[in-house]
Amino acid sequence: MAYNFKEVARKPERFTGGHRMCAGCGAPVVIRQILRALKPEDHAVISAATGCLEVSTFLYPYSAWKDSFIHSAFENAAATISGAEAAYNGMRRRGKLDQEGETKFIAFGGDGGTYDIGIQALSGAMERGHDMVYVCYDNGAYMNTGIQRSSATPMFADTTTSPVGRESQGKNQRKKDLTEIMVNHHIPYVAQTAAIGNLKDLYEKAEKAIYTKGPAFLNVLAPCPRGWRYEASDLMQINKLAVDTCFWPLYEVVEGKYTVNYKPKNKLPVVEFLKAQGRFRHLFKKGNEELLDMIQKEVDRRWERLLSLEASN
Amino acid sequence: MAIRERLSGNEAVAYAMKQINPDVVAAFPITPSTEIPQYFSAYVANGEVNTEFIPVESEHSAMSACIGAQAAGGRAMTATSANGLALMWEMLYIASGARLPIVMACVNRALSGPINIHNDHSDSMGARDSGWIQLYSESSQEAYDNMLMAHRIAEHPDVLLPVMVCQDGFITSHAIENIELLEDEKVKEFVGEYKPAHYLLNKENPIAIGPLDHFTHYFEHKRQQAEAMRNAKKVILEVADEFYKLTGRKYGYFEEYKTDDAEVCIVVLNSTAGTAKFVVDKMREEGKKVGLVKPRVFRPFPAPEIAGALARFKAVAVMDKADSFNAAGGPLFTEITSAVLAHGATGPKFINYIYGLGGRDVKADDIEFIYNKLLEIAAPGKVDSIYNYIGVRE
Repeated sequence: MAYNFKEVARKPERFTGGHRMCAGCGAPVVIRQILRALKPEDHAVISAATGCLEVSTFLYPYSAWKDSFIHSAFENAAATISGAEAAYNGMRRRGKLDQEGETKFIAFGGDGGTYDIGIQALSGAMERGHDMVYVCYDNGAYMNTGIQRSSATPMFADTTTSPVGRESQGKNQRKKDLTEIMVNHHIPYVAQTAAIGNLKDLYEKAEKAIYTKGPAFLNVLAPCPRGWRYEASDLMQINKLAVDTCFWPLYEVVEGKYTVNYKPKNKLPVVEFLKAQGRFRHLFKKGNEELLDMIQKEVDRRWERLLSLEASN
Repeated sequence: MAIRERLSGNEAVAYAMKQINPDVVAAFPITPSTEIPQYFSAYVANGEVNTEFIPVESEHSAMSACIGAQAAGGRAMTATSANGLALMWEMLYIASGARLPIVMACVNRALSGPINIHNDHSDSMGARDSGWIQLYSESSQEAYDNMLMAHRIAEHPDVLLPVMVCQDGFITSHAIENIELLEDEKVKEFVGEYKPAHYLLNKENPIAIGPLDHFTHYFEHKRQQAEAMRNAKKVILEVADEFYKLTGRKYGYFEEYKTDDAEVCIVVLNSTAGTAKFVVDKMREEGKKVGLVKPRVFRPFPAPEIAGALARFKAVAVMDKADSFNAAGGPLFTEITSAVLAHGATGPKFINYIYGLGGRDVKADDIEFIYNKLLEIAAPGKVDSIYNYIGVRE
């Protein structure tokens, strides 16, 4: 069935308003749209890593989640949901669950809980082949604790633990490529996506991830107005710039086969994405042209590599 | 009729798990507990159980998966030792805080560092305030029996707390002993089905577990957890009573051995109690009034009961197979002496011996030495040193 934004948006909300995520935060937009990809008759068990999403959506005694939800700790959203999925299999086999529809298992973690402290639990769960989806909402730093750098923080970003100073131009290391790490787990479905336009790319990938048997991984860009320093109203523009500059390519890998889902007709220079954010402001000082050039080269190198992976399918 | 067998402690625990046939077992290899998931995965491979076995990538994930599975509505079990238990630390508190009745076999082993694979109690003693019920076992028989009683205690609606069944690594876990097993049907009937009131997989009534819990509610939740641990005291005895009727094997908070007319007493956990019983018998033949108290339940701590039991002795030595590094005494010693003080038993003199760290053998002679020391104190003599070590070069 062709994607129809209006119809999708009219589906009953499974992630309700009243949560306390910031205005202009990318994460709740991503979560709502992903949960819309669930069939109405299906139930979900959702786990979340400790982070902004968890502490802002489930403050005792309130929950924004219509489905079943569990948070246990920071580094183990994947392990926790893998236990729930195993219980589902075990209990169904024994005829203990006599319910209509299916139950789907989805874990959400930020980049800190996924690229860094949670990578071991994630890798283990993916390798074991649980029927689950892990969604990383990547905002490129530990935003919940106050914008500390993570391995997902882009090079030269100003964070509270990679601050710009007389001897520092921000984070001095490259961003880890987690999507590729997950591709190399040889699981059935891996995709990188973002909330752009009518959210079609995000919806379709969520649907494939949820309804592909076995483990699936989604890496979703989720800008943070506090950490990236942009106006709340600019969220969708920031997402679009990340994709149009090829800083955050939209692609998927199905059973090892690469498809780049969006190739901008006019690939914008990465400075268009960088200058929209306060965390890169220092790069636009006179004398730092070389740093901007380094970032552009890195974006180009990764984009070209992705295109060649697609071409060599 | 009960089944007579010869099993090691690990085999006995794995056999209990087979009979319980939980929904999920998640475990990671570590010496000396690793035989338990090995035996168990063979049961899975041969279709002797229909459990989901999750061969996780770490103990942290083992406990996390147990939390997910138990919260989902299943019965979840695991086994570990030493550093594996240490890696679970964070999740132990979350399991008990979320009131999930998970059952774990803890095969006691010394914590690193330095690394050592042999038995002491530094692992489970370190977890003593994690909100888990702790049952200790002298033999493979007791480990088996405690495993069968664990779910009944954990899942009781007034309790809903996880249970750790401890036995001594290698000494009990790998030594083959005679054991009496129950028939599968009897175990099934005794343990019963797990029917949680609320669980994640209930589509009709979805729930949320693990909130951000501010100062507005956290304290009340912790208070309820403390109440559950108090409730466990009653439930542990009720379950033991039912188990006694089924098997004829009697369990309480602690076992007393030849204490009736004893003047001095040793308090010691797990397998060392077996050695101590041998020494008690020998010294009794020599006319010496010595006795033994072996705690089975360390969490909840039976403070008034143990204080009451010890009040009548002239001198008591508490033997700890773990040090607290507090310059004051081992964990069992400090717990017992504070219970005695709080409950007004002023009679006995107390001394502490740290023994057997890293699997150092504790011999009958060592225990006899301690009894003789106690008899000296009871003479009446005076306590020249409260906090002592035995069997160490110093």
